[in-house]
Amino acid sequence: MNPRYVPLAATVAIFLAAYALCILQYPNMLSTRVIGNLLTDNAFLGIAAVGMTFVILSGGIDLSIGAVIAFTGVFIAVVLESTGLHPLVVFVLALGIATLFGALMGAIIHHLEMPPFIVTLAGMFLARGMAFVLSIDSVPVKHPFYATMKAFYYRLPGGGRITLIGGLMLLVFAAGILIAHRTRFGANVYALGGGVQTARLMGVPVARTTIAIYAFSGLLAGLSGIVFSLYTSAGYSLAAVGVELDAIAAVVIGGTLLTGGSGFVGGTLIGILIMGLIQTYITFDGSLSSWWTKILIGLLLFGFILMQKGFLYLSKGGRRLA
Amino acid sequence: MNALKPHLIRLLPQFAVLIAVVALISLAFPDFLKLQIQNGRVYGSLIDVLNRGAPVALLAIGMTIVIATRGIDLSVGAVMAICGAVAAASITSGHSLVYTLALALSVGMLCGLWNGILVAVLDIQPIIATLVLMVAGRGIAQLITEGAILTFNDPGLIFIGSGSFLGLPMPVVIWLVFGIAVTLLVRRTALGMLVEALGINRRASTLSGVSTGVLLIAAYVLSGLCAAIAGIIAAADIRGADANNAGLWLELDAILAVVVGGNSLLGGRFSIAASLLGALIIQSINTGILLSGFPPEFNLIIKAAIIVLILVIQSPRIRDLATLFGRADSAEASVKQEAK
Repeated sequence: MNPRYVPLAATVAIFLAAYALCILQYPNMLSTRVIGNLLTDNAFLGIAAVGMTFVILSGGIDLSIGAVIAFTGVFIAVVLESTGLHPLVVFVLALGIATLFGALMGAIIHHLEMPPFIVTLAGMFLARGMAFVLSIDSVPVKHPFYATMKAFYYRLPGGGRITLIGGLMLLVFAAGILIAHRTRFGANVYALGGGVQTARLMGVPVARTTIAIYAFSGLLAGLSGIVFSLYTSAGYSLAAVGVELDAIAAVVIGGTLLTGGSGFVGGTLIGILIMGLIQTYITFDGSLSSWWTKILIGLLLFGFILMQKGFLYLSKGGRRLA
Repeated sequence: MNALKPHLIRLLPQFAVLIAVVALISLAFPDFLKLQIQNGRVYGSLIDVLNRGAPVALLAIGMTIVIATRGIDLSVGAVMAICGAVAAASITSGHSLVYTLALALSVGMLCGLWNGILVAVLDIQPIIATLVLMVAGRGIAQLITEGAILTFNDPGLIFIGSGSFLGLPMPVVIWLVFGIAVTLLVRRTALGMLVEALGINRRASTLSGVSTGVLLIAAYVLSGLCAAIAGIIAAADIRGADANNAGLWLELDAILAVVVGGNSLLGGRFSIAASLLGALIIQSINTGILLSGFPPEFNLIIKAAIIVLILVIQSPRIRDLATLFGRADSAEASVKQEAK
């Protein structure tokens, strides 16, 4: 097997093994309902994680996505409450703002040569701050269109439901996979992750690609904010705290190297599902406390990093022998 | 005095910003500068800034050294929560104060050792290596406190959070003494220079005989120790260990303090004093916004704007432009030197 696929294969194997173990203990977990809920409950995290995958593939990091999700949610709720605009119009506005916000961060990172870590950290403060300015309280969304969208789902055999937002997440992943592996932009992202200097010499438009990557991450964070708003039917400025860390963890568990240049968008989906599975298992068990989620995800993260190191070491050793 | 001069020039931009921030606040609120002595303690907003800034200042000390090695420690907030929980759990189960402090500090150093081994021995990128403990750490802290907020009444432990020494609040005394001790340790020996060498080029320093592995691990252990002290102070201050909120997002504030202090995230030359000034700048801004009576909603925006401004001024591109127009004064030139 191509060594590039080994981390991805390991992720899939671990997911299947973990799921099998869960089913052995709780046969009820093998139902389309559980799978449908797994997709619905992790939809916003998954959509944001696709953007994070692109950023990490390019060798950067985006700490602002949790704050952008919260801002989008509050923005939608406040605008819907105070104006008569249709939710779809508000969605477009929110996506535009989030994309511009991401593009601005990308421009600062590229043109002022500042580390992405610090720029997106400032972006996180700014987005969270704007959400606070719009409203400190949780603003409910009562628009009838929300109920229509929530009632829209595809019924799987066995009673499970793929809701609108769960389906949207799958679509975003499909689009992300296509963009990453079948477009020039995707190739540029991988090239940038391999090394900025090399990418420039290869003729990759570094400025345009960097800005586009962060704009894309902003767009998906905005979309994730819309999904989150549909999921909770409210906008709250303290929502989605720490989502960026969950997204980074999902990307790493999904087999993407944090140094950039190597990984798969599809792996991130499995990473999200593994994290969701841990949560579901703890809910099924009932006696385990929620903090075990954090500890288990931390251990899983550690295991995957070690595994990646091991593969890198082996592939280097193999080359030396050859 | 001549030997001190380069250090003072290095600290000039941070001093200027701090004085500007304080001057701006005191223009609007003359009371800001007022200090008064009551019951043998000094009171006033300035002391408040020093006191509230204690956890970030302590974290910034360790973070400066870690960043100088070209690393980063994201776990300090979670380590704070763990150590606060350990201290509270130990004191409530009847152990002595000395034992409790020793236990909490060793747990912090153990966390640092874990990070250090991941970075130095397993050669994992620092940002990911410390992410593991950042994610798992808060869970571990909750495991220790069993999900509740552990409160305690031990006067000795509470003294660390709210007592006073020579008229100054204990947390201020602790971070000042610890900061000076670490500065002397790295500057009066070759350690500081070796750390800088390691940060600029690890391979080269290994080849020239520096035991970079030990040095790297030591940097993370120091950061863990700083986080432990900060965690004990934070717990002692509220007389309880809150596993969910103790030290939450303080790692980001500590990194900001180091960056505002003009230290490069790419490692190399560092100044602990500048980072401490950075921590004070951030805390002054926080206190100033609170005092100003701006709706608290605006805090984060103002903070973000000021930080972006400071960072833009320090960014390599802007500095190059300044040099181009021949307006680079000595301070900027020295900052530029630092960056190299």
